[in-house]
Amino acid sequence: MGAAALAEPIPLRATAAQTRIRRLLSLLATHAVLMAGAVFMLLPFVWMLMTSLKSPGEIFSADFTLWPRRFSAVENYDRALTTAPLLRFALNGFIICFGILVVQLLVAIPAAYALAKLKFPGRNPLFVLVLLGLCIPVQVPALPLYIALASLGLLNTYFAIMFPFFLSVFAIFLFRQFFKSFPDDIINAARLDGMSEFEIVWRIVVPSAWPAIAAFSVFSAVAHWNDLYWPLIVVSDTRLAPPPLGMMFFADAETGSNYGALTAAATVLTAPLVIAFLVARRRFIEGITMTGVK
Amino acid sequence: MASVELKSIGKSFGSTPVLGGIDLAVADGEFMTLVGPSGCGKTTLIRIIAGIESQDAGAVLIGGSSIDHLRPHERRVAMVFQSYALYPHMSVRGNLSLPLVMSRLRLHERVPLIRLLSSRRRETMHSIEGEVEAVAQQLQLGALLDRRPAQLSGGQRQRVALGRAMVRHPDVFLMDEPLSNLDAKLRVHMRTELAELHQRLGATFIYVTHDQVEAMTMSDRVAMMDAGHILQLGTPTELYGRPANVKVAQFIGSPTINLLPGSVGSNDAVELLGRRLQLAVDLPAGSPLTIGLRPEALTAVPANTAPADAGSLPARLRRRENLGAEHILHFDLPGAALPPVVARAPPELQLPADGHVALTFDPLACHLFDPSGARVEARRAEGSRDPVVVPFRS
Ligand SMILES: Nc1ncnc2c1ncn2[C@@H]1O[C@H](COP(=O)(O)OP(=O)(O)OP(=O)(O)O)[C@@H](O)[C@H]1O
Ligand SMILES: [Mg+2]
Repeated sequence: MGAAALAEPIPLRATAAQTRIRRLLSLLATHAVLMAGAVFMLLPFVWMLMTSLKSPGEIFSADFTLWPRRFSAVENYDRALTTAPLLRFALNGFIICFGILVVQLLVAIPAAYALAKLKFPGRNPLFVLVLLGLCIPVQVPALPLYIALASLGLLNTYFAIMFPFFLSVFAIFLFRQFFKSFPDDIINAARLDGMSEFEIVWRIVVPSAWPAIAAFSVFSAVAHWNDLYWPLIVVSDTRLAPPPLGMMFFADAETGSNYGALTAAATVLTAPLVIAFLVARRRFIEGITMTGVK
Repeated sequence: MASVELKSIGKSFGSTPVLGGIDLAVADGEFMTLVGPSGCGKTTLIRIIAGIESQDAGAVLIGGSSIDHLRPHERRVAMVFQSYALYPHMSVRGNLSLPLVMSRLRLHERVPLIRLLSSRRRETMHSIEGEVEAVAQQLQLGALLDRRPAQLSGGQRQRVALGRAMVRHPDVFLMDEPLSNLDAKLRVHMRTELAELHQRLGATFIYVTHDQVEAMTMSDRVAMMDAGHILQLGTPTELYGRPANVKVAQFIGSPTINLLPGSVGSNDAVELLGRRLQLAVDLPAGSPLTIGLRPEALTAVPANTAPADAGSLPARLRRRENLGAEHILHFDLPGAALPPVVARAPPELQLPADGHVALTFDPLACHLFDPSGARVEARRAEGSRDPVVVPFRS
């Protein structure tokens, strides 16, 4: 009787174990794929970081190791920070990204609100224009913009670097999609309470749009921190150079073949972005998933 | 305080007409309810009164003067939305004080940083704070003032929405199905609270619902709407007792009125399912009629004992619903392919085991409607007397 009672549940237990193994395997497979992708994307950064720690001799030695045998981090970073105004480049990057972002938000948020929530003739054609604007790369209006800035004597200024990006159609599009889902009744309630449309935007709608604003801020900051094309056109003064342009000036100078110092400089200039993203990570992902823009 | 007058309000969305010339006068301090099926234009109408939507035709008058040129907040109306529409990122205190902040502080006193320059602001904020506390006390929200709307239950949110309307001391309260998101028990409770609030404030209430019980229990008058028109305007008693239209009869009352086919026979007599009733109407013979009988107008008596001058229908019990204080009886009419006829009965009523009974009624309890749905007045046929009903013994 005892044997029969024991024998009964065995098939059941076996299937439970089977499902557990199957789940484990599929989990392993998913993670293997994700790990491969992560390694593929992270490797250049890791390489950069490691190279910045190595001595010049080791960088060019034939037998490659990821982990440095002898650390020359201090020399590399010291060299990078003393021969090039790296902190100045980073500061330029901050000023430019911040300036662009503030104006982009000030312009795009009310525009997006109007496109999402106000009824006025020509709203849909305007929105179509916004969508068309998404398709125009900055290279297209670059020449006329350059000529205009040159004839106004504004080349080699922060303003010249920031100006083409003040109007972000992408921001308008993103925020419009986000505001669309904001309940109309809350806006109507605010109107009944006596709020003007401007106050509704800034005091009622924006406070619940933080995920979208954080997401867009990351997009915007990354794009303009890393932008080389436009600063290269309008800036020749090293003191105004944002990080990539600064790197270029730096690489051109006599440090050109000192890869240790060069990667050290690149590390210093990449770090702020990575840190900023890690801080805003959760908001960023929320914003992306909530607007349905991928 | 103010009366509200609507003069032939018309509205279409694109090519779809939604309101077709609504005329309605709401007296000062009246509790007026708009009822009607979904999509009949109730929300659109009160949004027009609030100024959120603009009408295509007609005029809205509050306190006798036209307000069509005024923006929503200048109309001295407050609205409670079906979704409550609380500001999600503000505390209850913030939600309740916002209308007062907007009306009492000037623009520069509301802008961050710049507002610190104003000396008047502190005093004003202080008095606003006091009023908010007072309203919160009235609505038992005192302990919740620092919570966000997301941290409140449905009933509490509803009270905050009400409070936000109350702090402004508006002349007119507009309420769009404020109870529809509450559970049944809370709804019954809030019905009483709203009726008491109306009495206490003495303001004009325009209340939208598609729940006929709310309409019947709270209102001074009810306007029943259908497809953008007002079918009937009157007190709840009038709408229940003398529905002007078959749609009104169907909408008001629970369980729903029984509608049976009838016609006009010879000598103006009304016939119900081919049986002659002691009723006469002034319509040509052969005209079809719809005859409405409220569930409480029907009395089940032993078959073949129906009194001579009463109407009577042979019926067979199909189902009995026990509501405690009363029972709802569902009867099939043998030989007629009709939906079951519903009657109310006291719980002690005993019916024969085979379920065969006669349903009797006073012919004057019949509501008659012509094919267009309009009410037809009937009179007792000459020579008939009040019926004497012999009930089941219990
Ligand atoms: N913005 C709009 N655009 C187009 N049609 C609309 C709009 N708002 C309402 N309608 C239409 O107008 C009609 C009346 O709508 P309304 O919201 O007033 O109905 P209601 O009586 O409040 O219904 P419910 O009881 O379901 O709330 C509906 O047929 C609806 O489809
Ligand atoms: Mg509605």
